[in-house]
Amino acid sequence: MEKKIDSNKCFHIVNTMLLIFCFLIIALPVLNVIASSLSTPGAVIRGQVRFWPKGWNVDAYKQIFTNKMLITGYKNSIVYTLVGTGINIIMTVLAAYPLSVKDLWGRKVFASLFIFVMIFTAPLIPTYLNVRDLGLLDSMWALILPGAISVYNMIIARTYFQNSIPGEMLESARLDGCDDIKILTRMVLPLSKSILAVLVLYYAVAHWNSYFDAFIYLSSDTKFTLQVVLRNIMSSAKALEEMATTVEQSMRAANIEVLKYAVIVFGSIPLIILYPFVQKHFVKGVMIGSVKG
Amino acid sequence: MKDVKKKELQVQNRKNTIRTIKRHWQLYLILLLPLAYLIIFKYKPILGAQIAFRDYNFKDGIWDSPFVGLKHFKTFFVSPQFSRLMVNTLGLSIYGIVIGVFPPIILAVALNYVRIKWFGKTVQMVTYMPYFISSVLIVGIMMQLLSLTGPVNSVIQSLNGEAVHFMGEPKLFKTLYVFSDVWQKTGYNAVIYISALAAVDQELHEAATVDGANIWHRIRYIDIPSILPTAVILLIMSCGHILTMGYEKVLLLQNDLNLAASDIISTYVYRVGLTSMQYSYSTAIGIFQSVVSLVMLLAVNKISDKVSETSLF
Repeated sequence: MEKKIDSNKCFHIVNTMLLIFCFLIIALPVLNVIASSLSTPGAVIRGQVRFWPKGWNVDAYKQIFTNKMLITGYKNSIVYTLVGTGINIIMTVLAAYPLSVKDLWGRKVFASLFIFVMIFTAPLIPTYLNVRDLGLLDSMWALILPGAISVYNMIIARTYFQNSIPGEMLESARLDGCDDIKILTRMVLPLSKSILAVLVLYYAVAHWNSYFDAFIYLSSDTKFTLQVVLRNIMSSAKALEEMATTVEQSMRAANIEVLKYAVIVFGSIPLIILYPFVQKHFVKGVMIGSVKG
Repeated sequence: MKDVKKKELQVQNRKNTIRTIKRHWQLYLILLLPLAYLIIFKYKPILGAQIAFRDYNFKDGIWDSPFVGLKHFKTFFVSPQFSRLMVNTLGLSIYGIVIGVFPPIILAVALNYVRIKWFGKTVQMVTYMPYFISSVLIVGIMMQLLSLTGPVNSVIQSLNGEAVHFMGEPKLFKTLYVFSDVWQKTGYNAVIYISALAAVDQELHEAATVDGANIWHRIRYIDIPSILPTAVILLIMSCGHILTMGYEKVLLLQNDLNLAASDIISTYVYRVGLTSMQYSYSTAIGIFQSVVSLVMLLAVNKISDKVSETSLF
C-alpha cells in the first residue's frame, strides 16, 4: 500500500514538472518576441532582452501603423477571409446534406468522387494552368474558388447531419409534405449551429493563414494578403529600410530588428483577440471530427 | 413462372428507383453546384496533368501539344536531383513522423492526470495556441530568435559557446523543421488523444486501483491500449502525406545556404514549374509524387487493417 502511494506521488511530481516544461517552452519564445518588440533597438541588437522589455519603445508600432502595405494587406485578408468562408460554408453544406440522406440513389458514387480528390490531388502546374485558363490569375477568386470545398470538412458535416439529427424527425416532416430544401433550411441547419460554427472557424483560420496560393496567384501589390506582406517585409531588408527612414543611419540596422519583432506581434493581433473563442470551438470540432463516420 | 416473377421484381425495383430519384429531385439539384465545382477545379486539373506526357507549349495547349510518352519521367528518374530529393523528402517526413508521434500522447496523458484543474486548463490553452500561428509568422519567429544576433545565440555566447548560424546550416535544417513542428502542433494533436482518454470507462481505472495498480500501471495497461487505434489512424494519415508534407513551411525556411538539405520534391516541383516554367517536367514529378502518396496511403491502410483492425476506409 505504502509503495503504491509513493509511486503515485512520484508520478504527480514528474507530471507537474513535465507540464510546467511544456508551458514554458511555448510561452518563453512568445514572451521574448513581445518583449523585444517593445524594447530599445540597442538592447535588442546587444541581445539583452529576455522576457521583459528593456527600456520602453513603441516607435516600431508607430511605423507599422503608418505603413500602407500592411494596412492594405490586412484589409485584403479580411475581405478574402469573409467572402471565402461564406462560399466555403454554402458549398460544403450543399455537398454534405444530399450525401447524408440515406436513400439518395447514387449516393455512394457521388461520395467517392469527393473522396478520390482528397487522396489524389492534381499536381501544382495543372492546377495553376487551370486557374490561369479560367482567367482568375491575380484576382481574389484564385484564392477562394479552387478550395471552395475541403472534402475533409465536408465529411465532418455529413457525419454530423447523419448522426446527430434524428432521422425519424426528418421522416415525419417528409410525410407532412416538407420537401428536401425546406427540411434543410428549416430543420437541419438550425439544428447544426454548433458544427457550422466549427466549420466557419476551420475555414476562416485556413484562409487567414494561407500563404502559398496568394504567393503564386497574385501579382499586384494592392491585392496582396497580409501573410504575403508580412513575408515580404521580414525577408527583405529593402522593405524594412523604407519603413525605417525616419531613423538615423547608424541606428537603422538595430531599428530594423525591433521592427521585425513588432511586425510579428502585429500579424498575430487577430489571433490574440479571437483565440479564447476559437480554441473552445476547435476542441469541439476535433471531437466531432474524431467520431468515425 | 419463376422468370415472370423475376421480371416483375425487376420492374418493381426500377419503379422504386425512379420514385426515390423523383422524390429527391431537389437534392440532385443541390448537388449540381458542388459537382460542377469538383469537375472544374479538381477533375479538370487531373486531366490537365496529361501534359506530363507531352511537351507542353502555350500555343497548342493541354490537348494538342506533342506527345512524348514517358520522356519527362525518365529524365527525372535518371537526373542527379532524383536521389537527393528523395533522400531529403523521405528523411524529413520520416524524421517528423518518428519525433512527432510521442509528444502529443505524453501531453494528453499528463493532462489527463492533472489534479489542479485550472493548471491543466492553462497548460492546455497555452500549448494549443501555436497551432493558429501562420507558417509565415512561425518562420519569422524562428528567423528572429535563431538569427546570429538573436536571443538564442546571445545565450550560447554568454555560456562561452560559439554563435551558430542556425538558418543557414544544412545539417540543422531537418531538426529545425521537425522540432518547430513539434512546438507548433503538439498541443493541437494532443486534443484528439485527450478526447480518446476521456472516453475510457472510469470503472476500469477504479477496478485497477482496487487491485493495487498505481498510475504508471494504469497508463501502461489501460490508457495506452485505448488510444492506440487513434494513434494508428493518425499514423496512416501522416504516411499518406509522406511526400507532400508541409511544403509551405519548407519553402519559407528555404534559402540558398540550406538548399542542399531543404530541397524537397514539393519545392522542386514549384521551382522547376513556376520559376523555370518547365511545365511538363514539373507535372511529371508532381504525378510521381501523387501516385506514390496514393499507393502509400492504400498500403499503410491495408497493413494496419490486417495488424490492428483499424483502418481509414
